[in-house]
Amino acid sequence: MNIRIIPRLDIKGPNLVKGIHFEGLRVLGKPEYFARYYYENGADELIYMDAVASLYGRNSLLEIVSKTAREIFIPLTVGGGLRSVDDIRQVLRAGADKVSLNTAVIARPELIHEASRAFGSSTIVVSIEAIRKTDGTYEAYANYGRERTEVDVFEWAKQAVELGAGELMVTSINNEGAGKGFDLELTRRIAESVPVPVIAGGGAGKISDVCNVITQGKAEAVALASILHYNYIRHHRATGDDYSREGNIEFLKRGASFSKIQDAAISDIKKYLLANNIDCRSSFPSVQPVSSDLSRELANV
Amino acid sequence: MSEHLPKVAIVDYMLGNLFSVKQACAHVGLEAIITSDKKIIQDSDAVILPGVGAYGDAMAALCRLDLVSILCEIADSPKPLVGICLGVQLLMTESFEFGRHKGLGIIEGQVLRFDNPREGERILKVPQIGWNRIRPAVNTCWGNTLLRGVAEGEYMYFVHSYFVQPKDHGVILSVSRYGNIDFCSSIQRKNVFACQFHPERSGAAGIRLYQNLAAQLKTMISGTK
Repeated sequence: MNIRIIPRLDIKGPNLVKGIHFEGLRVLGKPEYFARYYYENGADELIYMDAVASLYGRNSLLEIVSKTAREIFIPLTVGGGLRSVDDIRQVLRAGADKVSLNTAVIARPELIHEASRAFGSSTIVVSIEAIRKTDGTYEAYANYGRERTEVDVFEWAKQAVELGAGELMVTSINNEGAGKGFDLELTRRIAESVPVPVIAGGGAGKISDVCNVITQGKAEAVALASILHYNYIRHHRATGDDYSREGNIEFLKRGASFSKIQDAAISDIKKYLLANNIDCRSSFPSVQPVSSDLSRELANV
Repeated sequence: MSEHLPKVAIVDYMLGNLFSVKQACAHVGLEAIITSDKKIIQDSDAVILPGVGAYGDAMAALCRLDLVSILCEIADSPKPLVGICLGVQLLMTESFEFGRHKGLGIIEGQVLRFDNPREGERILKVPQIGWNRIRPAVNTCWGNTLLRGVAEGEYMYFVHSYFVQPKDHGVILSVSRYGNIDFCSSIQRKNVFACQFHPERSGAAGIRLYQNLAAQLKTMISGTK
C-alpha cells in the first residue's frame, strides 16, 4: 500500500492562510502557486479548506477550485462550509473530486447518507476535528474548531462510516499548527476502528512525525500544511504580490520562520518514508508543463 | 488537418462526477460531451464509459436509459470504447457486489471484492484509495494501446473495492498488486480499452492515455477523408 502525502491548503478569500489551533490566521500567499508547485513535486492529492466559508460566501473558493481543476490532474478535496447536497454539487461541478464535511453532518448526520447516495461514497470525506479533554476523552468540534458539539469522536467516526463516508480526515485541534507531532492515539484508535482509509492531520513539525503517524498512528494518508508551506515560502520569497490589504501579513513580511516547524519538501518526506520501509509514490516523473495558461493567469493575479 | 475536434461522448448515467474526465479530454484537444443521448453517443468518434458508485445502481440506470444495446454495438464496431473504474467492471459478465448482478457482458469475466488484503502484519483497508503501480501482463505489449509511452511500473490513482477477473487472460493489459493480492488493472480487446484506475486523476502519466486517445482519433478522422 502506498501512503498518500496530501498538502492541505486553508483558504481565506483569495489567500492561503495558516494558523495555530485554527486561530490567528496568517496570510501565506496565493493558493494557486502552492497547488501547482505541490502538484509538480509529488503531491498525491490536494485539500482545499475554506477557513471562513459560510461567514463570507464562497465565490472566491469556487473560482480557485475551477482554476486548479483545469490544470492539476490529481484528486482535489474541497471542504469548509458545505451545508447541503446542492452545496456539494456546486463544488463538484467547479472541479472538486471529493468534498470534506464536518459542521453540517454533525448537525444532521443523514446528510452523509444523502450525499454518498447522490455522488458515491468515494466522494465523501468526513472531517473530524477533535479536542482532547483533560479526562482523556475526545470531543468533536464544529465550525473550524470554534464550536463544541459534545459528540464523542470515536462513536462519531464509526457512525459516519456506517452512514456512507468513504474516508475520514482526523485532525487534532490541540496539535494543529503547533509542530509538536500528531496525536497518535487519536489517529490509531480511529484508524483501527473503521474499514475506510484515515487521513491524519494536525501537528507535523518535522519529517519523523509523518513517519510516526503512519507506523504508530496507522494512518493511510497524511495531510500536511505548515511543514510544506513554510518550505515553499523559504524557497519562493518575494512573489511581487501585494497582500497589504488582505489581513495579517506580518508573518509574510518577516519571512517565514516558525521555530517549532522544521519545514520540508514533499520529496524529502517521501525519501524519509522510503528509507523507513513505508511505500509511497516516489519516482514521479517530472511533469511537463502541458499548457502555459495557468502561469499566464497567475501572472495576472 | 481535421476540420473538427474529435468528439467524445462521456456516457452519463446519473452517477458520480464526470467533470474531471471532461477536463482531461478538453486538455488534450478533444471535444467531450457528457450525455445519455443515444444519437450523440452513436455519432461520436469515441465513447467513454466512466463511473463511480454501486454496480447494481449503474446497471439499472444503463437499462433505464436504454443504453445497454448501443454500448454492446459500439464494443463490436471499430469505434474506441474506453471504460474507467466502474466502467471496466460494467463490461464484465457479472459482479458480486452486494449480491449478484448481470453486467454488459462485453468481456467474459467476473467482478470480485478484495478479500482481506494484507501487507505483513497490517490489514489493508478496502476500498483501496491511492496510487499503485501498473505493470504489463505476461506476453502483452502496450505499444498499440492507450498505455503507449507509459513507463512500466508507473503509478496510477485507484479508488475501488472490486476488481475484474476476465476469463480470457489474453485481454489483460496490466496487472497491479494491493497488499498480497494481484489484480487486473486494465484490459484491451480489439477497440475496447478499460482500466480500473482513474487516468484523469493520475497526473502526467494518466494524461498520457488521453493524449494517446486524441492522437488515435485524429488519425482515424483524417484517414476517413
